[in-house]
Amino acid sequence: MIHKLSVGLFLGVLWLLLSGKTSPLLLILGLLSALLALYLSLRMEVIDKEGYPIHLTVSTFRFIPWLIWKIILANLEVCYQILNPKARINPVYARIKCSQKSDLGKVVFANCITLTPGTISMSIDADSIAVHALSKAGIDELEQGEMDKRVTKMVGEN
Amino acid sequence: MELLFTLLEWLCLLLGSIFLIIGGIGIHRFPDLFTRFHAASITDTLGAGFILLGLMIAAGMTLVTVKLLMILIFIFITSPSSTHALAKAAIHGGLKPKLDDQKDNQEKPS
Repeated sequence: MIHKLSVGLFLGVLWLLLSGKTSPLLLILGLLSALLALYLSLRMEVIDKEGYPIHLTVSTFRFIPWLIWKIILANLEVCYQILNPKARINPVYARIKCSQKSDLGKVVFANCITLTPGTISMSIDADSIAVHALSKAGIDELEQGEMDKRVTKMVGEN
Repeated sequence: MELLFTLLEWLCLLLGSIFLIIGGIGIHRFPDLFTRFHAASITDTLGAGFILLGLMIAAGMTLVTVKLLMILIFIFITSPSSTHALAKAAIHGGLKPKLDDQKDNQEKPS
């Protein structure tokens, strides 16, 4: 119940932030539209732990700074490969084990892999993700499994 | 104080532009589709990130900043998803990535 109420609250706050209007007529219309969206999503039964993972909010905020730091490091590495005229480009293809059980965890892990430049997730299986990397270093770093561990911790599955 | 924020804003916009240009150069320089994704992801992450950060500093504490933050979150979710979809479609379409030819024992995508 709290889960469903928070969706309504979230939609209302989102409407207010996007519109920025405070005249009574518009506020009532905004409230109505938030309630309509809430009613429709209840009828479609899309509000579950996967579609609206509110229980992960705190761990997400702990995870994001680390991810941004990794993205910056990977960016600089790929920039160096682009700008260095002598750099030989050796793309590598490998399968990386993933320890997440749920679909949500796997999707988060695959998206983090693709989001860091230098590595792309190509397909997801039951217990591994096929990764294309610009250099062997990217694969080595993924095989050490720090990102895998942190994502598993973030979705609360360890 | 005003000057500091203006300088920070322009620094962010400049850095973002530099990363966008590097990403563009990379798209032309890399040999095949899959390596070009890596160059394109620079523009998605640090390029767009620094440009939006600069615009956020320019807008200050207003609703515009909130909207720019939402755009940033949106980009960070959609861009890897679309890259993954493109890569998967290319593999299904029979395009083989160019791999390091020195090692023949490594796994090939099917």
